[in-house]
Amino acid sequence: MLEIRNLHVTVDDKPILRGLDLEVRAGEVHAIMGPNGSGKSTLAHVLAGREGYVVTQGEIRYMGRDLLALAPEDRAREGIFLAFQYPVEIPGVANIYLLKAALNAMRRHRGGTELDAVDFLALVKGKLKLMDMDEALLYRAVNEGFSGGEKKRNEILQMAVLEPRLAILDETDSGLDIDALKVVANGVNAMRSPERAMILVTHYQRLLDYIRPDRVHVLALGRIALSGGPDLAQELERRGYGWVEAEAQKRHAASAEGPG
Amino acid sequence: MRIGPEEPCVPGFLSVYPSLAAQLPGAALPWLKRSRDEAFDRFAALGLPTTRDEDWKYTSVAAIARRVFRVEAAIEVSDEVRAVVLRHAIEGTQRMVFVDGHFVPGLSQPMPLRATLPEGARIGSLAQAVEAWADDVAPSFAAAGDAADGFTALNAAFWSDGAWIDLAAGVALEAPVHLLFVTTRSDGASFPRNLIRAGEGASATVIEHHVGPDGAGYLSDTVTRIVLGRGARIAHTKLQQEGRKAFHVADVAAEQGQDSAFLSHALAFGGQLSRAAIATRLGAEGCDAKLAGLYVGNGRQHMDHHTCIDHASPRGTSRELYKGVLDEAARAVFNGRVIVRPDAQRTDALQSNRNLLLSEEAEVDTKPQLEIWADDVKCAHGATVGQLDADQLHYLRARGIGERDARALLIRAFAADALAGIEHGPLRARLESLLPGALPEAV
Ligand SMILES: Nc1ncnc2c1ncn2[C@@H]1O[C@H](COP(=O)(O)OP(=O)(O)OP(=O)(O)O)[C@@H](O)[C@H]1O
Ligand SMILES: [Mg+2]
Repeated sequence: MLEIRNLHVTVDDKPILRGLDLEVRAGEVHAIMGPNGSGKSTLAHVLAGREGYVVTQGEIRYMGRDLLALAPEDRAREGIFLAFQYPVEIPGVANIYLLKAALNAMRRHRGGTELDAVDFLALVKGKLKLMDMDEALLYRAVNEGFSGGEKKRNEILQMAVLEPRLAILDETDSGLDIDALKVVANGVNAMRSPERAMILVTHYQRLLDYIRPDRVHVLALGRIALSGGPDLAQELERRGYGWVEAEAQKRHAASAEGPG
Repeated sequence: MRIGPEEPCVPGFLSVYPSLAAQLPGAALPWLKRSRDEAFDRFAALGLPTTRDEDWKYTSVAAIARRVFRVEAAIEVSDEVRAVVLRHAIEGTQRMVFVDGHFVPGLSQPMPLRATLPEGARIGSLAQAVEAWADDVAPSFAAAGDAADGFTALNAAFWSDGAWIDLAAGVALEAPVHLLFVTTRSDGASFPRNLIRAGEGASATVIEHHVGPDGAGYLSDTVTRIVLGRGARIAHTKLQQEGRKAFHVADVAAEQGQDSAFLSHALAFGGQLSRAAIATRLGAEGCDAKLAGLYVGNGRQHMDHHTCIDHASPRGTSRELYKGVLDEAARAVFNGRVIVRPDAQRTDALQSNRNLLLSEEAEVDTKPQLEIWADDVKCAHGATVGQLDADQLHYLRARGIGERDARALLIRAFAADALAGIEHGPLRARLESLLPGALPEAV
């Protein structure tokens, strides 16, 4: 579903990603871990098409197409969903309005009909329940004055309504209390399916106790420095990232010197 | 220095007055003739303002001064005008239509107005009112001779008609009164004048709506005077949708009695050059004034709003919120004067002007002007000038909403609170439809 090859990305002329490779197939859940500032959110933003992230080398293919050629809205309509690490507040735009406009944009794009108000409300209320969210949040401005946890739940609510093909969750678990984490994890698990892929960016093993990933990757020095099965997360929890970075550095130095 | 006889506009008006005066409403009434003559002399002395006048520093009327406008005492009503009226009609209102400054009963509705009015409410043409109710109308012309600037003086001399709305104590008008001023003449000048008086506890909503053809450089020079008795409530919405080449200069002033409430909306969409002065004087204890405004400009439009809230008595509250959305090379001026006189203790005044610039070339000059002479007051003001928020725009797009729709959505969200106080649903819907960009289907 998603193939990233030799991705180089700069932000304000500063190289952040330097040769990242990643392949995610339909039905898989991948976890991406890595130290602060290593470029995890950068990767997420590049996938979502955020302006200011300049791809200088490499390619990203999504469903067999060149993802980088698509505008952000077209990526979303093609099924890419990013749950933001820092969801944006939009005063003056009701949460329910955004949900409906987004869902209908998606349905129109796929040649379907728009949902009428009654069906839409029924759909949203069902998802709201799944996310254990108060209905009042629907009628408030998008994320405005939401608590940190409410914002994260709201992201997953949007995901549940929009039913993406590829979901990227950027630290959705950060700032959630234990009960909320379970709710969010349940919401995510409910959406796992053979047609859908997910990338979970996280710092914590705990999320992965609830959502068991197929693969775990460590992003360091601008690339995937190490990949493994679910057990890798536990090892990282014990040993930290220092050793991964050190090994990656060694490999990098070796490859820079050439095969010799 | 004034713009005087050296530019064609002023001599043009000066030369037509002597012959026109006899055809203006109330020409046979000595008091009114005197008032007009005094105003005319005042105009002759003042000419048009220049950017050297502090109040006109950022708004040059040179483009007006260069032209000669025709003033005529009679009008024609074409089928085209009927179509314009239908297009601008607002559902659920009582409508009075003025064409080139003259009342047209045939386009107004329901007619006769009086039949649907509660007892004690008089609504009609000012030209007729000066004849029929001179004693009630005359006082509001007393100050014509000391008009503040050339435009108000010109209006006091040349006014052709306008609405006369007089509500006795306790009268509440349920339906808003829609005053629709239609200009048809390409190089004409029209001078509407409205008088609104609300007796003790009376209330009404008045929509003052100015429209005209896009291709014509006409002049609308308008004056509205509002007097609120004790506990009265007047909601006045000024909707400026003049043609794209039009000049529009408006002066709205309210005088508030004890515990009265004045709710003003000044909304500007049209015109090449428009200026609205909105003033209220909180003349007795416990008054409430709410002034909201929204100006939406593009192309090379110039939109100027000068407001003045004069707290002259204790315990007054005022809330002022003006917002601007400017695209392309549009330019706006906001000058918000708030006076708190020595007697006006326990005044509570808030002012805010926020501007959204959608292009590099758009510009706004915003200036709060606070003059506080009392000590026990709460007064705050703020002004901002910003662009659409890139993070918000991206967030919406990342949810599948196209860029145009996302921008429209954010512009609407920005403008929303400037329109929030508009109570008449069909009017609010009309205003929302005038905001830039089409919206994705609403919930
Ligand atoms: N606009 C910018 N200008 C300069 N540097 C930037 C900019 N945006 C991001 N960066 C830098 O890019 C690097 C990667 O940031 P990114 O947000 O991708 O990290 P992350 O792995 O998500 O970190 P965290 O775990 O803290 O969320 C950081 O060093 C950050 O400071
Ligand atoms: Mg991050």
